[in-house]
Amino acid sequence: MIQRVRDLRDVRTDELVVNMGPQHPATHGVLRVVVKTDGEVVLDLQPHVGNLHRCKERIGENLLYGQFMPYTDRMDYLASMNNELCYAIAVERLIGVDPPERTQYIRVCMAELNRIASHLMSVGTYGLDMGAITPFLYAFREREVALDLMEEVSGGRMLYHYIRIGGVALDLPEGWTDRCRALMTEMDRRIGQYNTLLTWNRIFIERTAGVGVLDRDTAFDWGITGPALRAAGVDWDVRRDEPYTVYPHLRFVVPVGHGTPEGEEVGVLGDCWHRHWIRMLEMEQAVSLVRQCLDTIDSLPRPAAPEEISAKIPRLLRPAAGEVYFRAENPRGELAFYLQSDGSTNPWRLRCRGPSFSNIAVLGAISKGHLLADLVAIIGSIDIVLGEVDR
Amino acid sequence: MTPLPASALADAAKALWDLSLVRGLAWSVFIVLLVITPMALMSIWLERRLSGKMQARIGPNRVGPQGLLQTLADGVKLLAKENLVPTGADRALFHLAPIIVFVAAFGMYAALPWGPSTAWASPSNIAVGVLFVLAVGSLEAIGVIMAGWASNNKWALLGTMRVAAQVVSYEVPLGICALVPVLSAGTLNVQEMTLQQTGGFWHWGIFWAFPGNLVAFVVFFWAALANLKRAPFDLPEAESELVAGFHTEYSGMAFSIFFLAEYAGMFVLSGVAAALWLGGWDTGIPGLDLAVKAREAIAADAAGWVVAWNLVGAAVMAFKAMVLVAVMMWLRWTLPRLRVDQVMRLCWKFFLPISLLCLVWAAAWVAADVPWMRGAR
Repeated sequence: MIQRVRDLRDVRTDELVVNMGPQHPATHGVLRVVVKTDGEVVLDLQPHVGNLHRCKERIGENLLYGQFMPYTDRMDYLASMNNELCYAIAVERLIGVDPPERTQYIRVCMAELNRIASHLMSVGTYGLDMGAITPFLYAFREREVALDLMEEVSGGRMLYHYIRIGGVALDLPEGWTDRCRALMTEMDRRIGQYNTLLTWNRIFIERTAGVGVLDRDTAFDWGITGPALRAAGVDWDVRRDEPYTVYPHLRFVVPVGHGTPEGEEVGVLGDCWHRHWIRMLEMEQAVSLVRQCLDTIDSLPRPAAPEEISAKIPRLLRPAAGEVYFRAENPRGELAFYLQSDGSTNPWRLRCRGPSFSNIAVLGAISKGHLLADLVAIIGSIDIVLGEVDR
Repeated sequence: MTPLPASALADAAKALWDLSLVRGLAWSVFIVLLVITPMALMSIWLERRLSGKMQARIGPNRVGPQGLLQTLADGVKLLAKENLVPTGADRALFHLAPIIVFVAAFGMYAALPWGPSTAWASPSNIAVGVLFVLAVGSLEAIGVIMAGWASNNKWALLGTMRVAAQVVSYEVPLGICALVPVLSAGTLNVQEMTLQQTGGFWHWGIFWAFPGNLVAFVVFFWAALANLKRAPFDLPEAESELVAGFHTEYSGMAFSIFFLAEYAGMFVLSGVAAALWLGGWDTGIPGLDLAVKAREAIAADAAGWVVAWNLVGAAVMAFKAMVLVAVMMWLRWTLPRLRVDQVMRLCWKFFLPISLLCLVWAAAWVAADVPWMRGAR
C-alpha cells in the first residue's frame, strides 16, 4: 500500500550510527569515533581511545630512568626526537645536570628537524584527507631526506633513541651539517610549492575555511595546546614563554592566527585552515631554527674524546627524593613529564601529559552540525598521533 | 517438413544483419572485446604511469615494456580472488550491480564513430546517437546505487546517497551541454556531426555558435568528471571519508569490473566530447581531410586505402579521447575533493544556468541562420 505523504512530518527518517574507525583510513591510526548522523550531518559523536594503550607510565615506574627513553619514542612516533628531548630535560632537571653547550644545540637541531618532518607528515596527510594525493607524496619526498639525516646520526628512521640523559648517543658524523643545510635550502623552495598546491588552492580553502572553528575560550576549556591553540589566536609557545635548553639564544617568531581580513589569511580564526596555516608557518620557523643551530654547532669545537659529547652522569641514576614537572613544545602541542623520585633507581611516579590526548577530546565540541566530510577535515587538522593519545 | 533451402537461411541472416540493432550488437561485442578493453587497460596504465611522473615516483614498470602489462597481471590476480558477499547483503542485487555498470559503460561505445566510412567505421550508426549515449550512460548510476544498497554496509550506503544526489544532478547539465552542438549541427547522429566538422580544425564543433559550444564543451567536460565520479568529484568513493564508498564490500573480479567500467566510462565520455566538439576522427589539417581521402579511395576502387584512412581516423579519435582522459588524470592528481554541498551548489547554481545559456545562445544562432556561423554545412 502506498501512503500519501501530506506533510514532511509524515516522512520518518532515522539517525544512523556509524563506527568511524578503528580501521577507517581518515582516523590516522586506531582512533574510533562513534558518529550519530542524520544523512551526512553529524549530530553527535564520541571518540573512543585506548586501542593502542601500552601502560607506558606504569612501565616507566618499573624501569631505570635511562631505560624509559626508548619508550618515549613510541608515544608520538612522528616526533620521537622531541619526546626524547622533553624526557631527557625532565630527568636532567631532577638530577641537576646540564649537557655541554654544543650537545644542547645538537639536541635542539634534532628536535626542530623532527618538527619539520612531523609537520610535513601532518600537512601531507591533511591533503590526503582532503582528497589531494599528490601533496602527500611531495611532502614525503622531503620527509624522506629528513629521516635519512636522522638515520645517519641514530641508526633509526622513526624510533631514534638518540638523545640520552645528559647528552646524546654520539657526535654528528662528518659533513652532516652540510647535508642538513642542503635540505633546509630545499625546504625554502618546497614550502612555497606546498602553499601553492594546498594552502591557497581554492577547493582546499572551500573545504577548510570556516570549518570546525575552535575559538579561544573553547581552546582554554579543553586544554588545547600547540598549533591548534595558536590557530585560535592565543600567543603561547613554551619554547619562548618557558624557555628551555638553548631556545633563549635562538631567534624565532611564534606564528599566531590573527583572523583579520587584511594580511595573508582566509576563513575564521581557529578554523581548520588556520590550523593548517600555522603548521606551514611553523615549518618555516623550524627551518630557520635548524640553520641557526647548524651554524652554532659548526662554530663550536668537537669534544676531544667521544664520550665528552655528554655530561658526566653516574651509570646508575639515584635522584634525591623530589619531583619535577617539565613541559616542552612538541609539534602537536605541549608534552609534559612529571617525575617523582623516592631516591631509588626508578621513578616512584611517572606521569605524562600528551598533547594529542587533550586535543582529540575537543572533537565532539567543535564538529557537531558539520558534514561527515568536515569531520575528516577536523580530525586531520587537529593532527593526532594515536600512539600518544593512548600511550 | 522439408528443410529450408540454404539460400533462404542466408536471406534470413542477411535480413537480420540489416536490422541495425543486430549489427550494432555484433559491432558492440567486437569492439568490447578488441577495442574498449585494451583501451580501458591502456587508460589504467596511463593513469598509473602519469600519476607516478606527477608524484615524483616511478609507477609500475616491471611487467611488460614500461609496465604495460601490469594491469593485465592485476586482473589475473583479481580473477583468482574470492568474490566475497557480506552477510545480510542482497545477493541478487549485489551480483547484478557490477554487470549493469559494466554494460552501461561499454554500451555507450556503440554510438561512437571511428572513421569516415560510415558502414563499418560506425556501423551501428544510431540515428539518435547523442540520446543513446546519455540514456545508456545514465544506467550506470542505477548499477552503482544498487551496489551500495545491496552491500549492507553503512559506508556504502552513504556513498550511494552521494551517487544518487551527484550523478543524477550532473546528468542535467551534461545532457543540456550535449544538446548545444546537436542544435548547431541539426542532427543527433554522431557520425553526421563529425562529418560536419571536417575540412580544417576551424570547422570543429567548439567554434560553432561561438562561444556557445566552447563553453558547453568545458561544462560538459566537468559534468562528465562528476558523472564519472572522478576527482575533484570523487565523493561517492572518497577513500578518506567513506572508506571506499559504494564498492567498499566488493572484492575480486566484481571490484575490478567497477574499476574497468570507470576507465571505460572516462574513455567513452572523452570520446563523445571529442566527437561532438573536437572533430572526432577528423585530423583538422586542411590538406588531410579523411572524409575526402576515403571518398577518393572509393572512387579509385583502392580498398587498401579506404581501410588505411579509416584506421587513421580511428587513431585520431583514440588520440583525442586519450588527451581528454589524460587531462582528467591530471586534474585528479592535482585537486582536492569538494564537499557534498559544494558539489551540489556547483551543479545547480553554476553548471545548469551556464549550460542553459549556451543552449539559448546556440538556438539563437540557428534561428538567425547565418551560414558561416555553423561551420561547414
